[in-house]
Amino acid sequence: MRSPILVAAALAAATVLTACGSDDAGDGKTVVKIAIDPGLEQGAVDAYNERVAQFEKAHPDIDLRPQEYNWEATTFTAQLAGGTLPDVFTVPFTDGRGLIERKQVADISGLVAELPYAKDFNPNVADAGKAADGKTQAVPIAAYGQALHYNRTLFTQAGLDPDDPPSTWDEVRSAARQIARRTGQAGYAQMTKDNTGGWILTTLDYAYGGRTEKISGDRAESTLDTPEMRAVLQDLHDMRWTDNSMGANFLYDWGTINQDFAAGRIGMYVSGGGNYGQLLTQNAVKPADYGVTVLPLADDEDAGVLGGGTLAVVSANADDAVKAAGVKWIDFYYMAKLTVQDAAVLDAKTLAESDAPVGAPQLPVFDKATYDEMLGWTAEYVNVPLEQMTPYTDNMFDQPLLTEPTRSTQEVYGLLDPVVQSVLTDRGADIGALLEQAQADAQALLDRN
Amino acid sequence: MILDTRPAAPAHVPRARPRRGPRIRGGGLASLVFLLPMLVVFTVFSWLPIGQAVVMSFQQTNLVSDATFVGLENFRTVLSDPLLWTAVENTLWFAFLALLFGYPVPLVAAVLMSEVRRFRGLYGALAYLPVVVPPVVAVLLWKFFYDASPTGVFNTLLGYVGVDALPWLQDADLAMPALVLEATWAAAGGTIIIYLAALTGVAPELYEAAEIDGAGVWRKVWHVTLPRLRGVLLVTFILQIIGTAQVFLEPFLFTGGGPANSTTTILLLIYDYAFANSLGGDYGAATALSLMLAAVLAVFSAVYFRLTRGWGTS
Repeated sequence: MRSPILVAAALAAATVLTACGSDDAGDGKTVVKIAIDPGLEQGAVDAYNERVAQFEKAHPDIDLRPQEYNWEATTFTAQLAGGTLPDVFTVPFTDGRGLIERKQVADISGLVAELPYAKDFNPNVADAGKAADGKTQAVPIAAYGQALHYNRTLFTQAGLDPDDPPSTWDEVRSAARQIARRTGQAGYAQMTKDNTGGWILTTLDYAYGGRTEKISGDRAESTLDTPEMRAVLQDLHDMRWTDNSMGANFLYDWGTINQDFAAGRIGMYVSGGGNYGQLLTQNAVKPADYGVTVLPLADDEDAGVLGGGTLAVVSANADDAVKAAGVKWIDFYYMAKLTVQDAAVLDAKTLAESDAPVGAPQLPVFDKATYDEMLGWTAEYVNVPLEQMTPYTDNMFDQPLLTEPTRSTQEVYGLLDPVVQSVLTDRGADIGALLEQAQADAQALLDRN
Repeated sequence: MILDTRPAAPAHVPRARPRRGPRIRGGGLASLVFLLPMLVVFTVFSWLPIGQAVVMSFQQTNLVSDATFVGLENFRTVLSDPLLWTAVENTLWFAFLALLFGYPVPLVAAVLMSEVRRFRGLYGALAYLPVVVPPVVAVLLWKFFYDASPTGVFNTLLGYVGVDALPWLQDADLAMPALVLEATWAAAGGTIIIYLAALTGVAPELYEAAEIDGAGVWRKVWHVTLPRLRGVLLVTFILQIIGTAQVFLEPFLFTGGGPANSTTTILLLIYDYAFANSLGGDYGAATALSLMLAAVLAVFSAVYFRLTRGWGTS
């Protein structure tokens, strides 16, 4: 007879399914699924697991279950809709308000308000995580300003001084040309895919003194077609077609450009200033190769550095117990190391013992004094080549920091991807026509949303 | 899949008696029990999602908040999107190139292989090998081949014969043919096996008779092989059209639709509607376009089979 076996199998399956859907581990503990970056080097995984063990020891009623997660525009919404995100996950500043408005993340404002540092956030940073009523529903855990990353080894091979990186866009162009000619690698490369094309193009537009949107009251006006944006695209066009200094790949996204940079195939590229951690833990960049400097700014009073950051949020599906446990994890893992000496030291020590990077530069989510204090606590554990980052760290606070566009940000970035791709893959691309069309499309988008 | 297209010999079939009573009599219940698992699987994983997609195409939803009924708005949004016509053009271009290269290649290969007496199994295995390679791995492999720098695999080979490096995926005009080349390589093996199987059904006497009549290789292929394969060719043709109309994997993994939307296909556009916006995609527009594509393909298939009804046999 097969039926008893079938019944047993069905019961077993039902039990497994029930267990998967429960927030209770069966021993009274609250199960919380937390996010860990995929593809980390073993040292970083060990450090993370150690932090999890420390948390569980301090909170014996909570059972943490790490789940690989990395925010990507194209997979995030599928995970969100499919309910497969961890209970605690991170999103960029650009998505904070939208997710809160659409009730796609849990309202944890009551729990966040009880945290001792709740009122101390840098106002620019805190806005990204606030609901319309001013309550913080998403916790800013990190902030960045865009920077120019460069390969010191390629600089040396090309006869450039790696301790004196370019400080104007003309110098970037001539350095790129020299690297391409003398090393055969791409002198300068740029992201163009999966909305990152728009992200970097907007960064350059800001650096030239432009803006991509103008907000007046409730109305948002798209300002993509400006002299600054045209100048940016013309310079890119000239680097690509006149100098031939941008290599042969014009379909980069964040992951692939990091890969090629770490592999020594790119001389310079623009990305977040704290990117060294990712480059080391995910792409095994050689520390000796790495250099970073501030983004060159045009001689224009409106020129500034695009800044953004990361928010920690709790899934909309979480019940009260998971919300409470989730906020405790956010406080323990992401925040305490920024504000509490013991936590900062423990975090840095754990990371350093596992050879995970400690000390990569970031922008403060609170004020500069708190940030400097934290750097002092953890100084002895710093294992990143800080001296190679001084062109950035010595100057990053002197640059005006500008927030990303606020309306339909990722969608407008998506509209700009084909614009920059056209300029880099079509010698005869009509920059004016491309921008005119992109602006009309963006305006239609802004009017609709 | 139809492998032998010869007309079935007429057989005497006794006329079935008119059925009386419920269908579950005469073994019907047992059949139903055996069918049940498959019915459940199909209902849960195929028919129910199709039904949900139809409903969703009339709704605005992000799958988290409550859905609202919007009538035909999603269809209007899709039809007024200028990118739709770019995607339709690109898909037709892909389908045309795939027909031009991808359709004859397996046929020629199968005919040649069927003529070979030794190592036929080895050739078959080699031809089928790309089908066994996981598609994502194949695309990653070909990305190396298509490296646009002068040191890329294909460009190095071109360099040997004095041809300048080509930009491959990095050029709006070259990207689509490059995708078709990989897709043909990846899919040809399966079609070759189908043709080879059909070719074994061609009676050797026909070739002998043709040889006696003085036919050479070309005339044998034209007058014997192709007519006997006609049924299979008709089916593989429509399967290829349906397959290429739904091309997604290659543009998604190779180019993400670039450069400058030159490889954005209809399925990639559907994907973008649903998933490209991280704040919750336009699932209504995505399902609306999916339904329109399904309807066009269904009508095309029906017309195709109606027009070719009499062509299946020689």
